[in-house]
Amino acid sequence: MSQSTTVPSQDHHEHAHPPGLQHHFIDMRQQFEASKIGMWLFLVTEVLLFGGLFVGYGIMHSKHPEAFIAAHTHLDWRLGALNTIVLLVSSFTMVMGVWAAQTGQKKKLIGYLTTTFLLAGAFMVVKYIEYSHKFHEGLLPGKFYAHQGDTVPGQFMFFSFYFMMTGLHGIHVLLGMVAIAWLIWRAQKGHFSSQYYGPVDMVGLYWHLVDLIWIYLFPLMYLLT
Amino acid sequence: MTWFRDFLLGTPAATHASDVDGLYIFITLLTIFFFFFNGALIFYAAKRWKRRSDDEVTPHITHDTRLELIWSLIPLAVVMLIFFWGFKGYVSAWVAPNDAMEIVVTGKKWLWEFEYPDGTRALNDLHVPVNKPVKLIMHAEDVIHSFYVPAFRLKRDVLPGRYTEMWFTATEPGVHQVYCTEYCGKGHSDMLARIYVDTPEEYEVFLREGDEQVRKMPLKDLGKLVYENKGCATCHSIDGTRGQGPTFKGIWGKMERGTDGKEHVVDENYIRESILVPNAVVVQGYEPIMPTFQGLLRERELLGMIEYIKSLQ
Amino acid sequence: MASENVMHANGHGAGAHADYLDSTKGLWSWLTTVDHKRIGLMYLWSVVFFMITGGLLALLIRLELLTPGPTIMDAELYNRAFTLHGAIMTFLVIIPGIPAALGNFILPLLLGAKDVAFPRLNLTSYYIYVVGALMALSTLILGGVDTGWTFYTPYSSTTGGGVSMMVLAAFVLGFSSIFTGVNFIATIHKMRAPGMGWFELPLFAWGMYATALIQILATPVLGITLLLLVMERVLSVGIFDPNLGGDPVLFQHFFWFYSHPAVYIMILPAMAIISEVIPVFSKKTIFGYKAIAFSSVAIALLGFLVWAHHMFTAGMSLFAGAIFSFITFFIAVPSAIKVFNWIATMWRGSISMKAPMIHAINFLLIFTIGGLTGLFLAALSTDVHLHDTYFVVAHFHYVMAGSNMIALLAGLHYWWPKMFGRMYNERMAAIAAALIFIGFNATFLPQFLMGSRGMPRRYYNYLEQFQELHVLSTIGSWILAFGLFMCLAVLLASLRGKKGVASNPWGGKTLEWEALSPPITHNFEDTPVLVHGPYDYRPQPVPVVVEREQGVTH
Repeated sequence: MSQSTTVPSQDHHEHAHPPGLQHHFIDMRQQFEASKIGMWLFLVTEVLLFGGLFVGYGIMHSKHPEAFIAAHTHLDWRLGALNTIVLLVSSFTMVMGVWAAQTGQKKKLIGYLTTTFLLAGAFMVVKYIEYSHKFHEGLLPGKFYAHQGDTVPGQFMFFSFYFMMTGLHGIHVLLGMVAIAWLIWRAQKGHFSSQYYGPVDMVGLYWHLVDLIWIYLFPLMYLLT
Repeated sequence: MTWFRDFLLGTPAATHASDVDGLYIFITLLTIFFFFFNGALIFYAAKRWKRRSDDEVTPHITHDTRLELIWSLIPLAVVMLIFFWGFKGYVSAWVAPNDAMEIVVTGKKWLWEFEYPDGTRALNDLHVPVNKPVKLIMHAEDVIHSFYVPAFRLKRDVLPGRYTEMWFTATEPGVHQVYCTEYCGKGHSDMLARIYVDTPEEYEVFLREGDEQVRKMPLKDLGKLVYENKGCATCHSIDGTRGQGPTFKGIWGKMERGTDGKEHVVDENYIRESILVPNAVVVQGYEPIMPTFQGLLRERELLGMIEYIKSLQ
Repeated sequence: MASENVMHANGHGAGAHADYLDSTKGLWSWLTTVDHKRIGLMYLWSVVFFMITGGLLALLIRLELLTPGPTIMDAELYNRAFTLHGAIMTFLVIIPGIPAALGNFILPLLLGAKDVAFPRLNLTSYYIYVVGALMALSTLILGGVDTGWTFYTPYSSTTGGGVSMMVLAAFVLGFSSIFTGVNFIATIHKMRAPGMGWFELPLFAWGMYATALIQILATPVLGITLLLLVMERVLSVGIFDPNLGGDPVLFQHFFWFYSHPAVYIMILPAMAIISEVIPVFSKKTIFGYKAIAFSSVAIALLGFLVWAHHMFTAGMSLFAGAIFSFITFFIAVPSAIKVFNWIATMWRGSISMKAPMIHAINFLLIFTIGGLTGLFLAALSTDVHLHDTYFVVAHFHYVMAGSNMIALLAGLHYWWPKMFGRMYNERMAAIAAALIFIGFNATFLPQFLMGSRGMPRRYYNYLEQFQELHVLSTIGSWILAFGLFMCLAVLLASLRGKKGVASNPWGGKTLEWEALSPPITHNFEDTPVLVHGPYDYRPQPVPVVVEREQGVTH
């Protein structure tokens, strides 16, 4: 006696293949839900990855509070705030992009994705301005710290974390830009429809996470008291 | 039970060791019991219900709540007992009595340095009086080490940039082995020390004159002992192989070129200076990494070292 | 019919309905495959390769320890050898071993699915593994690594050699592990055969689920820790350096926050296999299905709360020590429950002592010792004495090496006919199993005694009083090596024969036994629908639909 009976084959060669359905899934819904679970799990690992850095930051901050507060004054909170707004707006355009994909509006989809991409680029430009300023002043991580005229010692530790955390975040922004560019390319080819928009949704989730992490980074780095 | 304990763990030599030993033996018996208990059940089942034909029908037993509760709750009770027993032993080894004698211990690659309350310092040999509480205040100079005395059932990590403490009251006069138990590189397994637990009389003599060995031994043998016990062997070989420092074989009377470019003849004064002010002259091709032994060797030990090097031709 | 056959040929290649080993030919078809079974096999051979590499290193280490002082190598080489042994065995053999090799192959079959949820991610994860493995091996050229596989700071941030490369290798391998975990969870959630509820899942799937949870929740923390260590070495960021205001013990906390749960990445899959093998070879339903399933998840979750029990001697507060010791003991309970459930499954069964079952029983005995010796190390006062001695070495070899490896062998012997369609020589396989058991115990039992008497671990040189026990242990390692070699030879020899094993040679009730041996590329001709539970050995199995209505649970 076997554990199963079988259902009549639903193999693809007997039916028309919905575009975008991979062979091992039964239907679009199973495929979409599986990818969604996969994506959320991936986001959990991202949160934990940054979580490790946040915990390290917290511990070192509590060990050296004066140095951290003194060091953060070297950052320009206005540039940080500008970048926060840029990312928030880009999150909004991303949401609109996902909506456009769900409703099958190709032109709008491409428009929103392109706006998101440009905003991400703007974020990186501001980041570049900030970084080059720090490099110039010798506000560098660890043993490369060379800033003159500090009154509070130990400020290199703050910049170690500043560069590691914003650096890792910046890498995520760049990867996000690559993913969005890939979406634009696929959208132009007409891959997406109201039936199949999974990749847009997944990249959207990723992009919100990148935004969310910055929302935590901003006060932690720029607004210490 | 004493033979069993001595077989497994060695004879204990400090006050709180008996508590550790009691728990250790309890869990050992538990392990042995369950190994044979489970083994017997398995082999009984395998024999009693060996498959004789492929169509045998077995009872469909999915679970038995009462049985499962029994084998969840009994282990739970046993492990809780073990937890409290272990915690009790840990607490008793935690806070040192106020009248404990304090000794500062420094661990560095790959030796142990002890500093007594009177400022005397010693390498790798620690003398303590019997039946008196002793507190070790420990720190490391380079990487993490760990100070382990099996006979006392005690161990504590020795950290750079932070002090850790450990205390004991030794109950058995004699010599007890100390190991480094946090991996620290090439010389890790040679980072050994000894604790000499002295009777009050012996301890008096030690305070005044140093080890008995130091006082009576021929100079050359004393030098050999210093060479082996004070960490020289880690860097200087006696068979001609190249180590972190020059070999001692045939070094006596040789001309050595220092990093200052000058030639130095290896004689009594050169050796003495090399031990007390190691970086005054460093032989070309070697790093200036030798620590000073100023205050760590008695005069007679220095003479012994010179005689010993002379003998290594 | 004719037109459908043509569609086969055009659409998916003639291979879609042929056995997966032969459906397409050539090395390239393997290297680019997205078939979970082929990926599983590629993992399997890679793991076997690294197990041999790590095993040879172990033999060299044991040979060096035959005498105190130098035997065949110097201290620096010895330190590099045990580091590489530990790193290879942990990151390249044990962690990927059961989940990525056997799990990849079997899990979709057990669920009645055509593949894992993300086949391309699966292949990616294999290649990430290969890249990580090559990076780890490249440290041999970069001057070796002498930190031990735990990379404790500040030793690891100051010593020379290829530490950064090895650490990055572990980082990369972590991604491979994360992707496998993501894949498995999505697969178990969404790819189950119609009718298969959570409590009709075979226990192997529960074990994989619990393992995947740990892989996802713990590995990223290790990743960031290892990156911080690299930053420490390259930039001197100072977080672990006491001279710069950092804290070396922080590294240990971060490291064990992953690496302790990782211990359960090693044992849960082993338990998962045993839960499959014992019912089949006892021809009896598993005793306490839910208890076994939930205890896997309980172990996985509790595993996150006990990391600091590796640091009882490192200078934490009395209170913290007590808490971590207390929680640690709770893990003993689900482990004990599982062992008793397995024995109860055998009770009144119809027991067939075939090679997989012999390995399973070896597992039970070895895991009993491995588990109970854990109590010594969970209890605070005895841990202080035994920490970082050979007692710990023996304990974790019993759990990580013995239990994990022997369960892997049980699973391999159990599923071998399914994987390759061929049967090995049963008698020789049984002899090999016995040799492995004897050799393993001869190697590691003496180490418990050595450790109790004070022999520290990672010692190149040792006092003469320990030599007899070291000699015993070294001789044991030769028996063990011979047993493993024989086991491999017996399995490989079977591949020379013709395929022709029945699809269900052991009388298993789970879905993989309904596929052909070896399965076709898409696993099943038609999507299977679950009728009865995975361990229903009644002559007339009761449909799960009926059981659910009657409120009967497993």
